Amino acid sequence: MTPSRRQPGLAYKVYELLSSMRFAIGLLTIIAIASVIGTVLKQNEPYPNYAFEFGQFWFTAFEWLGLYDVYHSGWFLTILAFLVVSTSLCIVRNGPGFLREMKSFREKASDTSLELMKHSTLVAGEVDREAAGRYLTAQGFRLRPGEREDGWVLAGKKGAANKLGYFFAHIALVVICIGGLMDGNLPLKLGELFGTVVPETRDLPQSQIPAHSRLGSGNLSFRGNVTIGESRSADVVFLNSGKGYLVQELPFIVTLKKFHVDYYSNGMPKLFASDIVVTDKATGKETAATVKVNHPLVVDGVAIYQASFGDGGSPLEFKAWNLAAPQAQPVKLEGTSLATQPLRVNGQSYALEFGELRVFNIEEMGGKPQSASRSLAERMHDAREVKQEKNLKNLGPSITFKLRDAQGQATEFQHYMAPFQEEGASYLVAGMRSQVSEPFQYLRLPLDADQSLATFMRLRSALLDPSLYDEIARRTGARARAGNAISAQMQGEFENSVKWILARFAQGGFVALEKFLDERVPKEKRAEVAQTYVKILQGTVPDVMAVANARAGLPPPPSDKATYRFLLDGLVATSALNDYRAPLFLQLEGFQQVQASGLQLTRSPGKTLVYLGSLMLVIGIILMFYIREVRIWIRVRNGETRLALTSNRHNRDLDADFARHAKALQQLVRGA
Amino acid sequence: MELASTTFDPKPPFYRQLRLTDWLYALLVLSAAVFTFYRYGSYLDGYEAGILAGSAIGLIGLGWFWKAWRWYFPLSGLVALAAIGLYQGDLGRAQTAFGLKYLLSSQSSIMWMCTLFFLATLLYWMALLQRSELLGRIAAGLTWSASVAGLAGMFTRWYESYLIGPDIGHIPVSNLYEVFVLFCLITALMYLYYEARFAARQMGAFVLLVVSAAVGFILWYTFDRQAHEIQPLIPALQSWWMKIHVPANFIGYGAFAIAAMLGVAELMVMRGWLASRLPPAEVLDEVMYKAIAVGFLFFTIATILGAMWAADAWGGYWSWDPKETWALIVWLNYAAWLHIRLVKGWRGAPLAWWAVGGLFVTSFAFLGVNMFLSGLHSYGTL
Ligand code: HEM
Repeated sequence: MTPSRRQPGLAYKVYELLSSMRFAIGLLTIIAIASVIGTVLKQNEPYPNYAFEFGQFWFTAFEWLGLYDVYHSGWFLTILAFLVVSTSLCIVRNGPGFLREMKSFREKASDTSLELMKHSTLVAGEVDREAAGRYLTAQGFRLRPGEREDGWVLAGKKGAANKLGYFFAHIALVVICIGGLMDGNLPLKLGELFGTVVPETRDLPQSQIPAHSRLGSGNLSFRGNVTIGESRSADVVFLNSGKGYLVQELPFIVTLKKFHVDYYSNGMPKLFASDIVVTDKATGKETAATVKVNHPLVVDGVAIYQASFGDGGSPLEFKAWNLAAPQAQPVKLEGTSLATQPLRVNGQSYALEFGELRVFNIEEMGGKPQSASRSLAERMHDAREVKQEKNLKNLGPSITFKLRDAQGQATEFQHYMAPFQEEGASYLVAGMRSQVSEPFQYLRLPLDADQSLATFMRLRSALLDPSLYDEIARRTGARARAGNAISAQMQGEFENSVKWILARFAQGGFVALEKFLDERVPKEKRAEVAQTYVKILQGTVPDVMAVANARAGLPPPPSDKATYRFLLDGLVATSALNDYRAPLFLQLEGFQQVQASGLQLTRSPGKTLVYLGSLMLVIGIILMFYIREVRIWIRVRNGETRLALTSNRHNRDLDADFARHAKALQQLVRGA
Repeated sequence: MELASTTFDPKPPFYRQLRLTDWLYALLVLSAAVFTFYRYGSYLDGYEAGILAGSAIGLIGLGWFWKAWRWYFPLSGLVALAAIGLYQGDLGRAQTAFGLKYLLSSQSSIMWMCTLFFLATLLYWMALLQRSELLGRIAAGLTWSASVAGLAGMFTRWYESYLIGPDIGHIPVSNLYEVFVLFCLITALMYLYYEARFAARQMGAFVLLVVSAAVGFILWYTFDRQAHEIQPLIPALQSWWMKIHVPANFIGYGAFAIAAMLGVAELMVMRGWLASRLPPAEVLDEVMYKAIAVGFLFFTIATILGAMWAADAWGGYWSWDPKETWALIVWLNYAAWLHIRLVKGWRGAPLAWWAVGGLFVTSFAFLGVNMFLSGLHSYGTL
């Protein structure tokens, strides 16, 4: 209580600042602001994305500020460290005083101070000491008597645990922060700073990654990911680190036996689970378990989580149709998803880069009409309905692949395996795009009654084969003549038109015909001529099929509606295949699904501390808010009794309590 | 004078203050819990059985602490049981059975809750402006009825989810629609407690405004987005943590919302607006502090539970996911608020403004994050 005469030194001033409330509140504000930045700016994206988004200047500036990983940046960790220091110093500074206060009863409080208390009253007459003591004890006060020259004092208090709350809550914060820093990547950051740890940026096979990018299995804390295919194993995980990654060695080998996915009836995933076996490297001890989302497995202090899943490299089987040799039979081609293989077709070299095999493609096929068009009654009806009616369809397995030519140009394809049904007809659907950013353009190849492409390919081969045009034109001409659609004189000219149109169509499909129209036919006549072309093509296509079948030794096609539709679809598909930028059409025939499971492995020894701190924090807050510290004094002197009461919380309950105590005291005095 | 010795008696211990009705209520809750365990125990894992026991104890405690709860909770349960009875195990009856279609199916109940909350808001304002005790009592009655409808609706929704499919059934705290209903309920109930405790019904005019805003959102979400449809739980949400994390969070949000609205009322009183009609600034200030203190406690617990859940589901107790980070920001905000008030001793306008501002921070954590930021918590996108 004695003010120091000395000028406080610098060290003391720093201590005072660091342990002050305003400094702490300042830190909390900065942490809050920094946290906001980290949520607004997406964290830990690949660096090129940032460069693209912000431009070179800001990209560099933000990188320098560490904004792409705010929560692990040096300055953020420094602020956290300051918070630990500040809170610790706060405890050091306030603690002793609080402890003293917790112990003391302040039975020496001066009469003036008692008189000045907000709750203080004087009653005429002296209260009986015993009775007063009994009353206060019954009210839950712990008491300490004091003798004074002119009488006596009885000091009572309750709720000292309130102050204990301060210790719990604030020590808790320090404990939590220390736990958090232990699990943070502080050691890694330091390693990177001093150059002992260098993140790898190249895409290398695991075994070739240099030692300075590898972390030993003794590493205290880490959080990394690894993807394992079924029946494969891994003994490392990969940690993201700024521009690159690091390899963390594990003390054990994880083998994925099988991965499971279950779906709800509406196509939403219901279960992701991996059957794994963990083999200890040192002892060979095996632990088998199934990890699911929300149910990790803990081995050796390392927790193994189900994080993601995907294709693990599935053997695939295709029928490859050579589009440049339409008459050729398809050949068998094998591959593996997620792998690249060389491909040589028609004298050209390609790289065939398989993407992911997806076994289910569940899509919503558009159910209810959209909101704007619904009537009020419908809306009311829907608002009462908690069950959704969705029109979902499983399009079946699909495979994506890229075909890269010798110049490095790639086109991406997405092929479905199962026939797509529409109005009784079946199609094979294939998508194509040359830019990843574009949507796929789909084409549909008609399937015959055997669900095979053979008929379509036969049709196509005849359409593209000029040596058959004479025969085709002859047949079409004869049919037209027989049906009296043309006169005998016109037959020869008509057959020439048929041949000419077929030749044009073979060159470039409908697009080639349209181009010819645009170049040679006056604008006002184009529509009419185009219609004639289309009519002739439609008229001749059954003959094309018949000739194609005859060449293959098959009977002519039936002349029914379904066949006709098939033939028209065949024309459209033949035309569309002109834009198909691959020399082969790869028809997915079979696969053997091998799945992969993305596991996250973490070791976080700070977790126990964090949980302990959290528990202390809750206890501390409860004590601070819900235990009221109350002190009471009964002071008797010169035939008068004073009642005084203080608390660290002032509210209306306190007024009521004081009134109650005052009334009781009056009764005690009178009763005495 | 003869002294009535009772004056000196210490306050009787808590259990001696309990009346017969308290014990009957406890018996009711206990039997409901035992029945649940007897009937469904085989579907519960150890944690869930623990939660069941904890809920029973918590509910008994709550009823003993706040007497009105003793009729509110059983009544809501009874209404839900009536709905369940009407269903006869067939979800289709929601559109055919009269009682379900217009009154008791979860959606009808929730729509009634919405309507009653709007009416209550209106009546609280009329009561405030006309200084009418009667209108105030009606408003409080409407708020209670809305809360019964809401809780019964939630119970019924829980049951309906099992009717859709046994594997789909789950407690309705799993998406933004459901938690909005929860928010309305919790805010209204906490308010009703303070209203009775501080005999200050005029606060309702302000508090019910936030509830009405939330109700407005629920209606838009239902009619425009069909968000009320019950969705099965994605694997990340299939956890018993959800059952305690989410409600704890919403006690926090509800309390902060109440505090903000009382802050508005306090600021108005300080400027003399409606001052003669509203409770004195000190009362508003005290309730505001109480609300923030409760909110802070539950928000702390909720955040810790969230961290523990994250440790199970995402592989780390803290991932700086936007939702987590904003929870931290909310928490820091109120920690600073409490320090300024309790350590520095501030009172009045600055803290009232701060509490109002706190609502914006809280709303961003609650809604803004879902709307504008993406992250692991993407269960509730708009
Ligand atoms: C993240 C940081 C912190 C949090 C979340 C926090 C939390 C709290 C809470 C919840 C209270 C309860 C208010 C009450 O009932 O009195 C409190 C009280 C207090 N805090 Fe902090 N605190 C933090 C840091 C600090 C620091 C750095 C100081 C140092 C100046 C400090 C000094 C105090 C003091 C002196 C009290 C009053 C204790 C009493 O009189 O009962 N706090 N704190």
